[in-house]
Amino acid sequence: MPTRTVTVGSTSGLHARPAKIFVEAAAKAPVKVTIRSGDRKPVPAKSMLSVLALGAKQGTEVILEAEGEGADEALDSLATLLASDLDAEEGSHA
Amino acid sequence: MPELIGIGVCAGVAAGPLLRIAEVPALPAPTPVTDPEAEVARAEAALAEVVADLERRADRAADSTVTDVLRAEAMMADDETLREGVREHVEAGHDAAHAIDAAFAAFREAFEAAGGYLAERVADLDDLRNRAVAVLLGLPMPGVPSPGHPYVLAARDLAPADTADLDPEQVIALVTEIGGPTSHTAILARALGLPAVVACPGVLAVPDGTPVLVDGATGQVRTDVDEATIKAAIEASAQVTAAASGLTGPGRTADGYAVKLLANVGSAKNVPAADEAHAEGVGLFRTELLFLDRAQEPGHGEQVAAYRDVFRAMAGRRVVIRTLDAGADKPLPFLNQEGEPNPALGVRGLRVARQRPEVLATQLAAIAEARAETGADVWVMAPMVSTVAEATAFAAAVHDAGLPRAGVMIEVPAAALRAAELLKVVDFLSIGTNDLSQYTFAADRMCGPLADLLDPWQPALLQLIGLCGEAGRAAGKPVGVCGEAAADPLLAPVLVGLGVTSLSMSPRALPAVRAALATRTEEDCRRLAALAVAAAGPAEARKLAG
Repeated sequence: MPTRTVTVGSTSGLHARPAKIFVEAAAKAPVKVTIRSGDRKPVPAKSMLSVLALGAKQGTEVILEAEGEGADEALDSLATLLASDLDAEEGSHA
Repeated sequence: MPELIGIGVCAGVAAGPLLRIAEVPALPAPTPVTDPEAEVARAEAALAEVVADLERRADRAADSTVTDVLRAEAMMADDETLREGVREHVEAGHDAAHAIDAAFAAFREAFEAAGGYLAERVADLDDLRNRAVAVLLGLPMPGVPSPGHPYVLAARDLAPADTADLDPEQVIALVTEIGGPTSHTAILARALGLPAVVACPGVLAVPDGTPVLVDGATGQVRTDVDEATIKAAIEASAQVTAAASGLTGPGRTADGYAVKLLANVGSAKNVPAADEAHAEGVGLFRTELLFLDRAQEPGHGEQVAAYRDVFRAMAGRRVVIRTLDAGADKPLPFLNQEGEPNPALGVRGLRVARQRPEVLATQLAAIAEARAETGADVWVMAPMVSTVAEATAFAAAVHDAGLPRAGVMIEVPAAALRAAELLKVVDFLSIGTNDLSQYTFAADRMCGPLADLLDPWQPALLQLIGLCGEAGRAAGKPVGVCGEAAADPLLAPVLVGLGVTSLSMSPRALPAVRAALATRTEEDCRRLAALAVAAAGPAEARKLAG
């Protein structure tokens, strides 16, 4: 099964705004994507509550998995999203 | 019970039907499930209604932060894993309400175990659960009613979560059973300019829909009113408001003694409201906003940009900027302050600089750079100063950063007692009455049952303010008040009489304070101040000097 191991890049972890951006993107993916941390049970990446409950902080390693047509592309774009600092996008308070 | 009495915390008169904030529903006794599919459908419909309601409120909210909060809550309720959990519990024999409760409980446990940010989100989960249960029971969803017409909102107390999207078109006054002059209700009322009465026993016994007349100046809530009384009271109040809004220009007493009227702001977003109220400058620029929810301290460039925005908007006017006031009720993740036995008496405000001097140095350098780029008259002050040594070190740091004016806040009785000595090393004092009350009376600001101790009319508090005022007069240096007390139009002349030279408040409170000062001479103010300090208690002080 196509798999990606990613280190969470957002300063605040996979919470709040970064979690929202990630979950929204996962919901739009053409395949069912799961996310897990450590040896815990994989959970649906489009479930906000499950993603929050991972408690992933900046630097936590998470594993994305998906199967089917377009799985690799979907995983690549979600992995890029997870690795970037989604808090930084808010920009300076200028 | 025709008349109830509480503490008036925001002047103004309003009348309308009283509606209570809807209470959290209790889980009903479990019922046996005969048709699991129908029960799952009932539970899912309830969750869908909760989501739809949150989305509607998000669409309606004017503030983008509020919209984001509501949409995030909607996403948490619209969750496939949650729905699966509900289905499993129904199939195990639980009715819809208990299945929803159990499905949320699983996440609640995970959130609590994770701690930190997620532990704080537990309240959101409970709120969503309560909303869904209310829908199932056919009760109004907990929270502020939205009947589509103006009404007086009554509650035991109001929390920020209750009032995030409070609609001022519908809510015309606030009355709470507990709370005090510095509670969230009071602060919110002043920000929105709503008449408000707190610590009003009996208000929750008034039946929903009863017409009430609320006087936010006297603290009276009348329940026996007829149309004519309401009309007369509102007209009288409108005249006062019209007189207040007709006055502009610098603050002064009837005989022309100048009292600077300044605004409290948190960012450049608040500056238009300050301008609209003809504020003469900013008396309290809170810098915490920039630091909240941050894992790391904001960098020099980001700080310069945020300060510059406010300084530029206030070019030519005074801006009193307060250095980071962290700790106690405003813990900041990057300072790692967890584990203090009593945070209110812990390392907060300027005390943070004992352990992390570089945070203060970075902030002062950013303030200096932002000042150099703009034309504002920038004064810098430190929160939570207790000794002359702390003030001396702070003033040196401010001057080393190239900033001309350094001051300290008076929030601790020790500092008020040493006001004269403090003024030998700093250029001005600013009294934070909320904290000064809390520390003088050993009464937590959030402790409802002690609200009477936190009344700004307490003679002991006024006496400490008077010490600062006298020291200011003797040294010829400014002494301001920037706590909630500054926003009370009846108290303003008393503060001026005690020697206070500037009052800083929410912009909405400014016109009424300006009008109140214009009716008194400086001599009146001194006389009222002496009466208030000599009074036996806050009620007598109000009666004699209000």
